[in-house]
Amino acid sequence: MTTATLNGTTNIALSFSDEQAMLLDSAKSFCGDKSDINAVRSLLKSDSGHNPEVWREMVALGWTGIAIPEQYGGFAMGLGSTVPVIESMGRHLLGTAFITSTLAAQAILRGGSEAQREKWLPKVVEGTVGTMALLDNEDWGAQLCGITATFKGSGSTSEIALSGKKLLVADATVADFFVVSINHNGNPALAIVEASQLSTNAIGPNTLIDETKRAATVEFSGVTISSDALLPHSEQALKDVRLIGALLIAAEATGTSAATLNTIVSYLTSRIQFGRLIGSYQSLKHPTVDILLQMDSSRSLIYHAATLIDEGPVQKDTEIACRMAKAQATETLLFAGDRAVQFHGGMGFTYDCDAMLYIRRAQWAQHQYGDAQHHRLHLARLLLD
Amino acid sequence: MSQDNPSQAEYRAQVAAWMQHNRPADPGFLLPQTFMEVGSERVLEFLREWQHKVWSAGYLGAAWPKKYGGQGMSRDYQRIADEEMKRLQVPICFNVIGLGWAGPLILDNGSDYEKEKYLKGILNADDIWCQGFSEPNHGSDLGSIQTRAERDGDDYLINGSKIWTTMGNYAKYMILLARTDAQAERRYNGLSFFLAPMHRDGITTQPIQKITGEYGFTETFFTDARIPASCIMGEEGQGWRIAMQTLQYERGAEAGAAGGISILSIVMDDLLRMAAEIEREGEPLLQDPVTRDNLVKFMIEEKALQLAEKRTEIPALCRDYPNAIALSGKLRSTEFFRRMRQYALTLQGAQGSLYMGDQDTIGGGFWQRAYLNNFSTTIGGGTSQVQANIIGEHVLGLPKD
Repeated sequence: MTTATLNGTTNIALSFSDEQAMLLDSAKSFCGDKSDINAVRSLLKSDSGHNPEVWREMVALGWTGIAIPEQYGGFAMGLGSTVPVIESMGRHLLGTAFITSTLAAQAILRGGSEAQREKWLPKVVEGTVGTMALLDNEDWGAQLCGITATFKGSGSTSEIALSGKKLLVADATVADFFVVSINHNGNPALAIVEASQLSTNAIGPNTLIDETKRAATVEFSGVTISSDALLPHSEQALKDVRLIGALLIAAEATGTSAATLNTIVSYLTSRIQFGRLIGSYQSLKHPTVDILLQMDSSRSLIYHAATLIDEGPVQKDTEIACRMAKAQATETLLFAGDRAVQFHGGMGFTYDCDAMLYIRRAQWAQHQYGDAQHHRLHLARLLLD
Repeated sequence: MSQDNPSQAEYRAQVAAWMQHNRPADPGFLLPQTFMEVGSERVLEFLREWQHKVWSAGYLGAAWPKKYGGQGMSRDYQRIADEEMKRLQVPICFNVIGLGWAGPLILDNGSDYEKEKYLKGILNADDIWCQGFSEPNHGSDLGSIQTRAERDGDDYLINGSKIWTTMGNYAKYMILLARTDAQAERRYNGLSFFLAPMHRDGITTQPIQKITGEYGFTETFFTDARIPASCIMGEEGQGWRIAMQTLQYERGAEAGAAGGISILSIVMDDLLRMAAEIEREGEPLLQDPVTRDNLVKFMIEEKALQLAEKRTEIPALCRDYPNAIALSGKLRSTEFFRRMRQYALTLQGAQGSLYMGDQDTIGGGFWQRAYLNNFSTTIGGGTSQVQANIIGEHVLGLPKD
């Protein structure tokens, strides 16, 4: 009998430092305080989708510096330490551009020149908002070359004219800068575009199913950037950021699954029908237990990925972990949100019922940085070939 | 593994080398995957010989005291030996009720006489143990036990019947839960726990043919069977508490079990290996997109299961529901394996309809047997549905129905 392994991974690293545990505790209580359900609802129709005062407090707490090395003014706790913070944000549907800014900073940290890092990373720590502009169409698996870049001039003075637009750019209206994927001589590349470089009306806000989130179509045609706005190590950074994006969305979705479960449990333990608390019916009890088990799997997988991820290029085991986390966490939230609506009966069909917030978030989370099927397709290549 | 200190790493290598060198040749029958598959004398003798050999080499009972047949080493060494046995997929140590339940109980609670009498025979497989908890008509509900034990002089008279007695027909001893006080106010208070000899007048066993067509369990009948009063563990009426204590030992070496692997584990690798060898419409099954998606789903689930165990060591990541992982382990893993093993049969195509005994069946019918036997885990020890109730009520705080 052979014992050679066919499975592409056997890595089950999982660790969580005392420092991270403290961060988790403080993030949980901060997000609970700042973002109770009334606060969430009060922001649904707002332009920015978040409370600027809360964002300033998050910056003051140092969260925007968690994943930034010390030489750029950060706290060098590692990217994995953003996971407990983002999970806590997801738990309370706390808006802000924390995820997008973290990703834009990672793109520059991983793909940028020393000059680019020195220019942008300290700003991110201080609360300047960045975001990623990646999508040319609905397909996260497509080659990201939709925006064409035409060179003008030559040598060190060369400029690049962009033409094209990006879809579903998260937090575009509040972003100070964009890290944009472009077609650069037929290869995907990343470039930094400042908000001030965009033409008027370049940002066309979307109407999203998840009213706690904000995104827009951003027109980059007419923008001319200097060639030193290109990230020199774009290709690796682009690959890494898409995987990190998957992990961070998975972390947020896992927090939201926990909130969804709490909402279900509190209804099942208070609502009486046919003379019994409805949580006593096994037809409701057992799927609720399923949600718990699925959520536990999501948590294990996001913290496994958080354990593996570091500043270096994303390695195979880490890629596997990020993709598994995203596939599991967003399917869990879809299931939890769907059951939350159903179990609330007629109330669940109303806008007043909080289940609506969760099922809408589930739809958003599913389509950020690749849905579950997209990640399983890539996992199959990593694990089975 | 990275956590081993130098002496542990050396021990691990030594265990691995020994196992590879001493692994028994193909016995000509499918190796039992669990101790519930000892359906013939031939299988019994094969496993008895293997366990004896593992014990003789010092890799079973490593953490038990030397004077009772152990090695007196730290539990880490038994854990390492178990990990290597599992990894190398050697045969199981089949005297599971002795190694994992009765043995640790006797070590913790027994008198010197009892330790002397029972422990070595558990380790070297001379004395096979069985368990008499479940009864006909109330498998998952031990509080309803009807088998009576009445004090009669220096003996107890036992009357009643037990079911799902694994190796009941081969066992020398039974850990027996019986009712000593029918009048007790709380039904759990009337139960007592015995280390009962099986070779007594009035005790008969009737083999039960399993869903697989094989044997492995018995129904066990007691008709005025007389066992010495000294066989009782603890006091009369403490049976429930002691039974719960034995359930804790099941969790493995940390809790005092002798060690040894009790399950020949089937992992995703086994499924992948099979999928790699099968073709559909001229293409390897491993290239089929639907199959690939399904396999990856199982692999995500397997990874999450492996990680869950590690997460219990990190309390900060278990604060929401501190007992959730421990209480859901059985439900998650048994249901995972049930679906995964069924899928293995699906992948076999028309050959999935063959069965053990057919010369064309894949792996001798390994997956067919594994799938059908898996129901013993989703039913035995509390059905998945009862498990879901327990988790819903004790972890999530949902009302009882």
